[in-house]
Amino acid sequence: MNRDKRNAKFISPYIGVEPLQGASGPIGRNKNTQGGGRLQGAGFDFQKDISGCGLTGLISKDKKRLSGSHIVKSLCLMNDRGNGLGAGYAAYGIYPDFKDFYAFHVMYDDPSIRFTAEDLLKSNYHIEKIEEIPTSPVKAIPISPLLVRYFIKPLKEKLAGGIEEADFVVNTVMKINSEIDGAYVFSSGKNMGAFKGVGNPKDIADFFRIDEYEGYIWTAHTRFPTNTPGWWGGAHPFTLLDWSIVHNGEISSYGINKRYLEMYGYKLSLLTDTEVVAYLLDLLIRRHGLDIGAACTALAAPFWKNIDAMDGAQKEAVTALRLAYGSALLNGPFSILFGHSRGLVGINDRIKLRPLVAATKDAMVYMASEESAIREICPKPDRVWAPRAGEPVVVELKD
Amino acid sequence: MFDIDAKGVRFGELNASIREAVARGEKEIRVKHVNGQYYIGDGLRGGAVITIEGVPGNDLAAFMDGPTLVIKDNAQDNIANTMNSGRIIIHGHAGDVLGYGMRGGRLHIRGDVGYRVGIHMKGVKKQSPTIIVGGTAGDFFGEYMAGGTLILLGLDEKDAKPPEGAQPLEGGHPLVGDYLATGMHGGVIYIRGEVDKKQCGAEVGVMELDAEDIKALKDALIPYCADFGLKLEDVMKKGFKKLIPVSSRPYGNLYAY
Amino acid sequence: MFKSLAPPEYLATIDQVKCIRCKRCIQNCGWSVYSWGGDKVVIDTQKCVKCLRCYHYCPEEAIEINDNPVKFKNNAYWGFNHIRNLKRQSETGGIPLTGMGSDQPYTILFDHLLIDACQVTNPSIDPLREPMELRTYLGKKPSSVEFEKGGGKPKLKTKMPPQIKLSMPVIFSPMSFGSISLNAQKVLAIAAKECGILMNTGEGGLHEDLLPYKDSIIVQVASGRFGVNPDYLNAGVAVEIKIGQGAKPGIGGHLPGEKIPLEVARARMIPVGTDALSPAPQHDIYSIEDLRQLIYAIKEATNYKPVSVKIAAVHNVAAIASGVVRAGADIIYLDGFRGGTGAAPAIIRDHLGIPIEHAIAAVDDRLRQEGIRNEASIIAAGGIRSSADAAKAIALGADSVAIATAALITMGCTVCGKCYTGNCSWGITTQRPELTARLDPEIYAERLINLVHAWEHELKEILGALGINAIESLRGNRERLRGIGLDAETLDILGVKPAGR
Repeated sequence: MNRDKRNAKFISPYIGVEPLQGASGPIGRNKNTQGGGRLQGAGFDFQKDISGCGLTGLISKDKKRLSGSHIVKSLCLMNDRGNGLGAGYAAYGIYPDFKDFYAFHVMYDDPSIRFTAEDLLKSNYHIEKIEEIPTSPVKAIPISPLLVRYFIKPLKEKLAGGIEEADFVVNTVMKINSEIDGAYVFSSGKNMGAFKGVGNPKDIADFFRIDEYEGYIWTAHTRFPTNTPGWWGGAHPFTLLDWSIVHNGEISSYGINKRYLEMYGYKLSLLTDTEVVAYLLDLLIRRHGLDIGAACTALAAPFWKNIDAMDGAQKEAVTALRLAYGSALLNGPFSILFGHSRGLVGINDRIKLRPLVAATKDAMVYMASEESAIREICPKPDRVWAPRAGEPVVVELKD
Repeated sequence: MFDIDAKGVRFGELNASIREAVARGEKEIRVKHVNGQYYIGDGLRGGAVITIEGVPGNDLAAFMDGPTLVIKDNAQDNIANTMNSGRIIIHGHAGDVLGYGMRGGRLHIRGDVGYRVGIHMKGVKKQSPTIIVGGTAGDFFGEYMAGGTLILLGLDEKDAKPPEGAQPLEGGHPLVGDYLATGMHGGVIYIRGEVDKKQCGAEVGVMELDAEDIKALKDALIPYCADFGLKLEDVMKKGFKKLIPVSSRPYGNLYAY
Repeated sequence: MFKSLAPPEYLATIDQVKCIRCKRCIQNCGWSVYSWGGDKVVIDTQKCVKCLRCYHYCPEEAIEINDNPVKFKNNAYWGFNHIRNLKRQSETGGIPLTGMGSDQPYTILFDHLLIDACQVTNPSIDPLREPMELRTYLGKKPSSVEFEKGGGKPKLKTKMPPQIKLSMPVIFSPMSFGSISLNAQKVLAIAAKECGILMNTGEGGLHEDLLPYKDSIIVQVASGRFGVNPDYLNAGVAVEIKIGQGAKPGIGGHLPGEKIPLEVARARMIPVGTDALSPAPQHDIYSIEDLRQLIYAIKEATNYKPVSVKIAAVHNVAAIASGVVRAGADIIYLDGFRGGTGAAPAIIRDHLGIPIEHAIAAVDDRLRQEGIRNEASIIAAGGIRSSADAAKAIALGADSVAIATAALITMGCTVCGKCYTGNCSWGITTQRPELTARLDPEIYAERLINLVHAWEHELKEILGALGINAIESLRGNRERLRGIGLDAETLDILGVKPAGR
């Protein structure tokens, strides 16, 4: 059952205005109106968020770690693509001292909820370190959830039943996100992290002190949510394990993608269509063992017309992917960047309804909604091009 | 020459100063250090020549009616949206949805263009818009085309290897994408090279050029070649194909009354 | 014998001034309503079924068919059919028969569901200019696919189960030769082949005239086993085991000997003039494990063609469907209580089963809960009247719909519901040669092809409005449906939100 586990503190419908306790105005994100949040009874039935947004990403193939200031600069150029109701960053390679631990970034609506979640974590994980995520005061962000990060590893005995470690971690994330009111795990990978919230790109970057992190893959997103006011958890990137997704567009197939994922035990509780992308990648790549190219073929499949024109083996392979993964097909306008521990992938929809531009400069690859966002941090790229519809740009780190 | 520095200037302020300069009667304006500012030249009238250094943002020259914009670099999406008259010269590449509903004027692009270029271009009375692309084009080139002239040259076709990381269709980077001229019901498209009927919408016919076409094509290409320092003979060396609609009412049998 | 106390349902009248005595009405009426009285046409209106054949063929527009105004006194509880059937039963001691699907005023859920459309946040897609895919594959899908390890081009390792390719998710429902004429079956076969979809023989065997269309045919095996032999099983693209029919769940069939002329007898492999009885159950299936045996017997006999199992939508349809899928069916065919029939007792047709909308939702949910939705395709049938019904059925979770009544309407059928008489004036549900000759397969196939193409356009328009360009993104996408005027429980069963949410 869907419960509203978010509450007023996470949302900032009017920047700088603290929502009233027990407010039941027209704003809320209750999945059903009997939800348990403080905004219950708001009568606003949330289905999924629609993101008209800007995104940008970069990767240093030779794993040179770059300060977050670059991606912030790139993202801020596209300020007008968002509306100040959400921005976020994901970075890989930022926790080299804890690279063997899952880095959980957790938002708490209220300090008291922290203990419930920590009880769960302590009884299942070895906890190497707990700390509040460092933030700086930003005038435009007067309120924020409590933000805590944990470097953890599942206890050996918990994996005795033969469950895969990654599955165990996914289950923990699903459990906290769907069952503990007011707690939300927004990052759960190793040596990577997501930082996001309600605010414009610059304010969120300042708030999280993004320029103090150094990573070899960065993605970022500015958000223009149209269905509801932003809430902290609703900002991009969306993550699961080391998958991180930033997305521009709308997943019009969300309804069936969601039901398909539910068949495999995923709980879709984050109130936005982008969530399905993270889980689909986890399912197709990690659990079903597809390589990234095949997974992209499943998610943004070629048209039958083109499949029919393929040669025997390729036709057979792509047909099988479309048949098996019809319910995973992402339909509707989108451009997506997804980062993972080994690289960065950009892809857009089958008829290219959202923009995506890519560029290279030496060992760097950049991808963004607009070329100017790339040129802002890479004025003279070696090559600039617009990827074709449905054809992924797959960039992998050098070993 | 009147210079405007766009470095770090937001679009509202930048476009206001361009409008001011045009209103003041500046004939030649140079905008330096542009990067990503939207709406440059939107709704602008008169005969000014505006040179842009850098990458202008989306919605360049929407509703523009008269001026000439020279872009020295690449440009982004949604250029010449519902443009009425004037000239746009882009020395680099350009993005998706160019010349949407364009009713007049010329758009010259030296490099490649993205998806849905020349979409729903239309001519009316003496007005007839022209878009000329020097490189390659993506899918839906000339979609819904209702009038005007769309020319695709593929000048750099041989070198147009798919970029690193991209996974091209078999056969490398095509001159033009799929669904070519789908929904076309007016105007003419000239393509320098071969066109596979399978790429085209059901509404168009692919044919050879006659003498009149050659003349019209040359007339259109002369200013284009002048803009980019090309030789007309070189461009004309390779054969062209002509695409025109087979019906101005392609969907006559679609509905039951 | 006194005159029946059940009044005629319809009054046929002829304007004797307009009538030119051409006698076309006499020739055209399969029910012998008209006869020649020497100087004018005489009418026996008791026999009239309002099929409108005479009306269409009267060159002078002299004929009018009206509902009989001399009905029983209006009564909201004791309806016309109640009283009339009681009269008929009192006169005959028999079970009143009906044809076609139930016409009773139960809630029609399709009419309480509305489809979403795009505005601003995602663009609608223009199906005339941009690609729009309706292609559908029926059959078991693997839950994941594996490729051979190693360099080079990807090579599939997973062995794909057999699939049937449809150009669009609409096929023709089973209708046997016997229940309908061979010409009607030919219309279906020609149209199916032309449109890239399927027709289904029903349980009456496969007439040799249909062999050129075998790649567009599902052959059916039902309890009567008519016309079934290894050639038959292998003739089509799939084999369907018929357990039940929406119009008469739990009921067998009875095609009387007088409707078994030579050709029907040959196709069914029975002697001319004998009754063709279809037992209520399949007597080799008394439980689910027996169904598995039959499914695998057929698979063995056909070198593993896909097997479909057709069941009527009954109360416990979700659990039954789950069992059917686990028994090895590649396709599960759900037939709702509105589904048509050539002949069924009215009392059964109008009071047994559940609507197809509930059945799709319940079955799709159940198969997902059990993680086996990919194991079989769902065909939904039983009252699909338009492409909108089809789109709604698919959004609820069906892979394809099947239509019968809608297809027959293109052949002239007016849904008069008297199929069981064998007198169909349109040559559809009759074996009388002078009537079946009216149905020229080539001509009527054109009409049916038109219908399929019109629905194809309409489905593409619906997808375009939804901003999706492949049918699989509509399938099971209940997020794009909203209910109006439905109670909370029904909405919950359908998995659909009320409009406004």
